[in-house]
Amino acid sequence: MELFSHNHLRNREAIRKLADEIQSVSKKPVRLMEVCGGHSMAIYRFGIKSLLPATIELLSGPGCPVCVSSQQYLDGCLELSRQKDVMIATYGDLIRVPGSSSSLERERSRGADIHIVYSVTEAISLARKNPEKKVVFLGIGFETTAPASAYAVLQARNQGLQNFFLFSAHKVMPPALRALVDEHLKIDGFIAPGHVSSITGTEIYRFLSEQYGKGVVVSGFEPLDLMQSILLLVRQAERAEPAVENQYKRVVRPEGNRKALGLLDTVFELADDHWRGLGIIPLSGLQLRDEYSRWDARKHFELPASAWKEPAGCICGEILKGLKTPKECPLFDRTCTPANPIGACMVSSEGSCAIVYKYNRN
Amino acid sequence: MCLGIPAKVIRVENDRALVSIGEIEYEANIGLLEEVKPGDYIILHTGFGIEKVNEAEAAETMRLIREIEQGLPEKQDGTIQS
Amino acid sequence: MEEPRIMLAHGGGGSLMNDLIRNLFIRYFANPVLSEQSDSAVVRLPGDRISFTTDSFVVDPIFFPGGDIGKLAVCGTLNDLAVSGARPLYLSVSFILEEGLLLSDLERIVQSMAETVAQAGVSIVAGDTKVVPKGKGDKVFITTTGLGFLPEEFVEISSGNTIRPGDIILVNGSLGDHGIAVLLQRESFQFHSSIQSDCADLYSVIREVLEVCPTVRFMRDATRGGLATVLCEVAEKRRFGIELDEEQIPVHPAVAEACEMLGMDPLYIANEGKVVLVVPEKDAKKVLEVMRNHPLGSNAAWVGRVTGEYPGKVIMKTKLGGTRWIDYLTGDQLPRIC
Repeated sequence: MELFSHNHLRNREAIRKLADEIQSVSKKPVRLMEVCGGHSMAIYRFGIKSLLPATIELLSGPGCPVCVSSQQYLDGCLELSRQKDVMIATYGDLIRVPGSSSSLERERSRGADIHIVYSVTEAISLARKNPEKKVVFLGIGFETTAPASAYAVLQARNQGLQNFFLFSAHKVMPPALRALVDEHLKIDGFIAPGHVSSITGTEIYRFLSEQYGKGVVVSGFEPLDLMQSILLLVRQAERAEPAVENQYKRVVRPEGNRKALGLLDTVFELADDHWRGLGIIPLSGLQLRDEYSRWDARKHFELPASAWKEPAGCICGEILKGLKTPKECPLFDRTCTPANPIGACMVSSEGSCAIVYKYNRN
Repeated sequence: MCLGIPAKVIRVENDRALVSIGEIEYEANIGLLEEVKPGDYIILHTGFGIEKVNEAEAAETMRLIREIEQGLPEKQDGTIQS
Repeated sequence: MEEPRIMLAHGGGGSLMNDLIRNLFIRYFANPVLSEQSDSAVVRLPGDRISFTTDSFVVDPIFFPGGDIGKLAVCGTLNDLAVSGARPLYLSVSFILEEGLLLSDLERIVQSMAETVAQAGVSIVAGDTKVVPKGKGDKVFITTTGLGFLPEEFVEISSGNTIRPGDIILVNGSLGDHGIAVLLQRESFQFHSSIQSDCADLYSVIREVLEVCPTVRFMRDATRGGLATVLCEVAEKRRFGIELDEEQIPVHPAVAEACEMLGMDPLYIANEGKVVLVVPEKDAKKVLEVMRNHPLGSNAAWVGRVTGEYPGKVIMKTKLGGTRWIDYLTGDQLPRIC
């Protein structure tokens, strides 16, 4: 365990030294975006911003799967939960997210059969133990989480499980990054998500440095990882040499996890998908291939299309793009709080607004 | 976005592995990984191993942290490898 | 032969119910007041200032490492009395049993309650049992009500009105054990750990603390919502703030690991044998020493202080030297992927 002790990766002295180094290297102002809620969380939880010089601005991008899930998807989840004989299995992240009219938590109080799981394998067990129920697993998450869903669908097929269904909102990261830079947002570099990259590898970011001149550093999640990654991005910016670097080599290989990528490709195909705040992004979502439609909740259940409506006054979209910060939102900490969230960025505990509310309100 | 935590593999049986996260043991799914063996470290996310940890690189990270702690080296090749 | 189970008739007032009362409750909880089986218990009290509290207990699973719902129901109410500065004396117990509960499970629970009250030196003097049809309850729910004698000098302990800047915040040991122990027991989770619930009757350690420091400013047991919630409640609408030092907060390594894995924060996780104390700075060392010499306080720690700055707020110095606000939690903590 010694290798991975948090105490090492949270070593105060080493962090202070890295902060000094960043301070001495950083001359020109840079805007760096992290596109992973886990990074945003760590940055606040450990107070990393307070360790950086004024030249460095950190922005939070669309890196929280709950935050970018569309209202239609959430309404679909609620609709499914209301159907007779349906048992919903979901990660805890989704339970409080408001759809147009309700939330899973509220539906549960009205009698919906909703189970919070840590792993999709528990949803498979639920399906096996409750043959009279249709178990719908709510598949949210990016490349990190989607392979587990793919595995579960294959398992359902191999075991002849007829009552397991995946309701996929799985998404892939690169099209969203492209959409962001296409909007000419002023971003000098990206802190790329370490665990997404462990599946995808580092090549998916190549277009950012080569076509758009943005720096990319794939980063781990401990404070020292983040400080190192920031230092690497600052050096790139100072030398005006944008590149893709891998700070998280202990986990991320350039080629990624081929087996997991293979499973994704077997089970899913890319489809246009709606990202909250970013709109429809071509080929950014993962839908089950036709061969697996037997396990596709979208095919099995009739889900009425719900009208798209962003809550009035909510600027989640601009926040997800790094155009505005939560404190610039007129609703923040007034009508929109974690107890009564209006926008998705406040709902998810790793949403930008919820994080700022929790760690940096005053 | 994705909580992941290193876990040490204790026992392997097909796609399942008993792993330890410090004092906690968990029956993880290693169906997304190739050739996992006892003693390996894997990153666990939603109960699945998503990647093996490269121990040589991890050791390098730790070495560099100690180095940083004792003062950053004079020569910088642009990366602090980890 | 199949194991005997609770039937609706056990709550019906007939002979089955009588058997249950006599052969189980009275047998285990034996004391002269209860044996009277009258409509109300008649007890004597040592003074006219009484602490009086009630709490209901539901937990799934009903047996967990380090305790069970019975021990929890006794300790929970005794602790509510003890942290108010009171000496616990009497309890009443009310069971709601679900049809189909194994009688042997009920006996285990009752036995565990009997052992806990015997050790605490208090008596269960009144009780009630109802049985609900299968599916209308979840095995067993227990409500306990407690009476204790509150000495005059401790009347302000539960209000916190005497807390002032400079005071020290102490806890008697590691945080989050109960909540994580119960969570990891969930059937569908494939976790194994040695984490035990900290479920315990705190009166003995609190009594020793009050002996060396009768001017304890405030005490509360950090149950649901954990240490963070207690401190938010303490600071709310006050003229002082609270400054926590993350480095000093004791958390069992396995609890910390489980929290990392499930995306939870030990500061907000339930405890069932932890008291948060606010004491004058001059007494802090003494109180800490007393706790550390007690089996229920071997990991006791000095976790923060009361400050005149940022009134109404709780702030924490992080292990990295940064700071962050501590606020109430919204909703339950749930296992997350992010």
